[in-house]
Amino acid sequence: MTLGFYPGCSLKGSSREYAESVLAVAKAFDITIEEIKDWNCCGATAAHNMNRELSFALPARILSLAEKQGLTEVVVPCAACYSRLTVTQYELAKDKELKDRISEVNGMEYKGSVTILNIIQMLDKYITPKLEGKVVKPFDHKVACYYGCLLVRPHEILKFDREEDPQSMDEVMLKAGATPIDWAFKTECCGAGLSISRTPSVGKLSGMIVGDAKDRGAEAIIVACPMCHSNLDMRRKEINKYLGEKVDIPVLYITQALGLAVGLDRKELGLNRHFVKVTV
Amino acid sequence: MSKIGVFVCHCGENISATVDCARVAETSGKLDGVAYSVDYKYMCSDPGQSLIKSAIKEKGLTGVVVAACSPRMHEPTFRKACAEAGLNPYMCEMANLREHVSWVHEKGEATTEKAIDLVRILVEKVKYNQSLNAIKVPVTKTALVIGGGIAGIQASLDIANTGHKVILIEKDPSIGGHMSQLSETFPTLDCSQCILTPRMVEVAQHPNITLYSYAELESVEGFIGNFKVKIRRKSKSIDEKLCTGCGLCTTKCPVKKIPSEFNEGLGMRTAIYVPFPQAVPNKPVIDREHCTYYLKGKCRICEKVCPIQAIRFDQEDTIEEVEIGAIVLATGFSVKQPDFFPEYGYGKYPDVITGLQFERLASASGPTLGEIRRPSDGKVPQNIVFVACAGSRDEAKGIPYCSKICCMYIAKHAMLYQHKVHGGKSYVFYMDIRAGGKNYEEFVRRAIEEDGVNYVRGRVSRIYEKNGKLIVKGVDTLLGAMPVDIEADMVVLATAGVANSDAEALAQKLHVSYDAYKFFAEAHPKLKPVETNTAGIFLAGACQSPRDIPESVSMASGAAVKVACLFSQDELTRDPLIAVVNRMAPPVYSSCVGCFLCVSACPYQAIEKEEIKNRAGEVIKTLARVNPGLCQGCGTCVAFCRTKSIDLQGYTHEQMYTEVMALLNEY
Repeated sequence: MTLGFYPGCSLKGSSREYAESVLAVAKAFDITIEEIKDWNCCGATAAHNMNRELSFALPARILSLAEKQGLTEVVVPCAACYSRLTVTQYELAKDKELKDRISEVNGMEYKGSVTILNIIQMLDKYITPKLEGKVVKPFDHKVACYYGCLLVRPHEILKFDREEDPQSMDEVMLKAGATPIDWAFKTECCGAGLSISRTPSVGKLSGMIVGDAKDRGAEAIIVACPMCHSNLDMRRKEINKYLGEKVDIPVLYITQALGLAVGLDRKELGLNRHFVKVTV
Repeated sequence: MSKIGVFVCHCGENISATVDCARVAETSGKLDGVAYSVDYKYMCSDPGQSLIKSAIKEKGLTGVVVAACSPRMHEPTFRKACAEAGLNPYMCEMANLREHVSWVHEKGEATTEKAIDLVRILVEKVKYNQSLNAIKVPVTKTALVIGGGIAGIQASLDIANTGHKVILIEKDPSIGGHMSQLSETFPTLDCSQCILTPRMVEVAQHPNITLYSYAELESVEGFIGNFKVKIRRKSKSIDEKLCTGCGLCTTKCPVKKIPSEFNEGLGMRTAIYVPFPQAVPNKPVIDREHCTYYLKGKCRICEKVCPIQAIRFDQEDTIEEVEIGAIVLATGFSVKQPDFFPEYGYGKYPDVITGLQFERLASASGPTLGEIRRPSDGKVPQNIVFVACAGSRDEAKGIPYCSKICCMYIAKHAMLYQHKVHGGKSYVFYMDIRAGGKNYEEFVRRAIEEDGVNYVRGRVSRIYEKNGKLIVKGVDTLLGAMPVDIEADMVVLATAGVANSDAEALAQKLHVSYDAYKFFAEAHPKLKPVETNTAGIFLAGACQSPRDIPESVSMASGAAVKVACLFSQDELTRDPLIAVVNRMAPPVYSSCVGCFLCVSACPYQAIEKEEIKNRAGEVIKTLARVNPGLCQGCGTCVAFCRTKSIDLQGYTHEQMYTEVMALLNEY
């Protein structure tokens, strides 16, 4: 079967390993991934603060391209891209005038016929049902599943999981042989884009997340968002400074952890690209 | 020749701001058959009514159309005015220019045209109106009160003290409701049980009150003054007449670990149990879901120890059929349950509790005998946090309304905590303090100023456990949105007050309206706060919206007076807007052919078969006959009748046809 794929900027740059692991896992389960041709920026995070029309035009163009390419389902692994695309689809479905205007701006008809899947929805639909018998190296670790902000919010638009206490990643990891821990920072802010402008703030916010995971005995933090990953992984120096100790719990994308469980190669999953060494 | 008067009301500016009332009156005056038309600022006022009365007398009007508000609002007013002027009240009709025109349309030509159209069709209708006589029905002077909390208790006592009979049904084994669970009450801190239990006893002993505890409403038929009610008396598995309430069975029952409803799960009870020591009636019931005998067929220890052999394992539910004249709904409210607050860890952390659970901890009759000890390890909490608006005023949670009672009970809780735990620290996170009520604001100030409760204005985003402490992450918006983290030993959530889970089903059973949150709807938010839209059914207490004790009691007394007013009449007058099967001279008797499709169509079982006999007593024709006492005038039978033999008085085929034709014709 074929699944559309929108990587967005991160998966081509700082989180190449996320893309690599998504493709590797898809391949292992006989899913053909077809990237949307000529895709553009989703607009996160600047566009929707500056120009409402632009913030819908950008994702709408991506979705129109997918429609033109004949894709019915598109997996969007980046949580920010997923949010922008889904919000656009929601707003345009509500407002015919806006939809027509956006089609005109893009010079491209937008129908709204594509189903957008975040990475968990993709795993739930196509991978975990076939997981039984394929887990050759159970990911036998205590894991803290970190959802961040955009994967589950706002609930009225995404209609995905419970916004205050999400469970979907925990369930996937349970099936991969892990022991998800009950912890308090599942959806707390990692500092997001302040990573560059106010790095110490990210050190504190991400530090509280990593600190709680550590205190509750997590051996790995599992994420599904490039932004979360870069803050928890790349900013570990600032995190450790905030915590006042050296914490070396690795941060894995959920597809990396799942890939390990089904016996994929570590390099194929991009595990060599992390700042905090992946020892699990 | 008809002489119809048209009276156009401005309703202050409600209608006249949008509709050109003068033009409506002027145009109506030119209609065929209209002898008089006028517009006036307030037609329902005394001078307005006088205008109608004098016009009837002076112009000799044969019919009246009042173009004003909804007939639900003022039809009785204007019909009464007509009657006083000597016109049959059913010759008066109302055109709804407010709800159907001015409130729903913009000002403009088309709006005034619509108003004129509505008047026109009613002018044509009135030409075919018949003089009708009101129907008199008897009143059964027994009231049914549903729910034995403070509202139901007060309503029952007040009705009973007017000399009328009351049947009080309560779904739980004891009356008392939420109030019996409370420790002290605001704003005076008097003990809840001390003021409630004497009234519970009074209910049980009152000669005019029949108390059915452990009973639920099965079905209701009929109408105001004449309800036929079936009550399901759930099996208590004991012989109530024999049982003395000695309590031996409850001490010997081996199933001892059932979370007690009365103690909000903070204490345990047995399978045969009395909910609390002051229960009324003070006799046990067997909880069949947990009793070993019902689950496994063995045990029967209670039966063995009972000194008077009062246990009845084979007892079944019984259905009591009673005739009732009025119903008071006093079924109360519930609080939101664990899964609602994942961010607060309610249900996950044992020391995050609800306000009702705190009441039990603070109550002298509670599981800790009134000492504030936390559920997890029984330690006295040194730091306690109260979270106001847990769910309330939160659109994201689907509860945009204010639960109203929480601001006050939180102040009370914090105060009780400070009185009982010297040196303890208490914090209240709040959005606003809503303390409207006599001595309420002073009470909250007392908590803050005299008892040193720390009020923090801001919401709590999350509560989690760390190193044996509950970390409460909040914000202080009065300090520039400063984040506040408090390490608490216990957290009390002022959970939103919500309608009971079965409120919707009950409302549908009784045909009373309810709001978007399943609270029962009053007939008018200001002027009919205890009435429902169904005649003869009244509301008391928190089943209508979250209410505190003084309000519930006031409402209950209000509802009781309404019942007493109803019972002060020997018969009731009902509008004769009911279905009738036509009758003709012999040998036809009626165009009804006796197919009785109408019988199965009638939702009120109001149609019966009537036999027409000759002098020899032989049946020569069987017809349908509408029982005027039961018919509600819904018109379903009219639509079903194949031979058009049934007509609805006041809404006849002829009248409907004329209305439609009037609308289609130019004027």
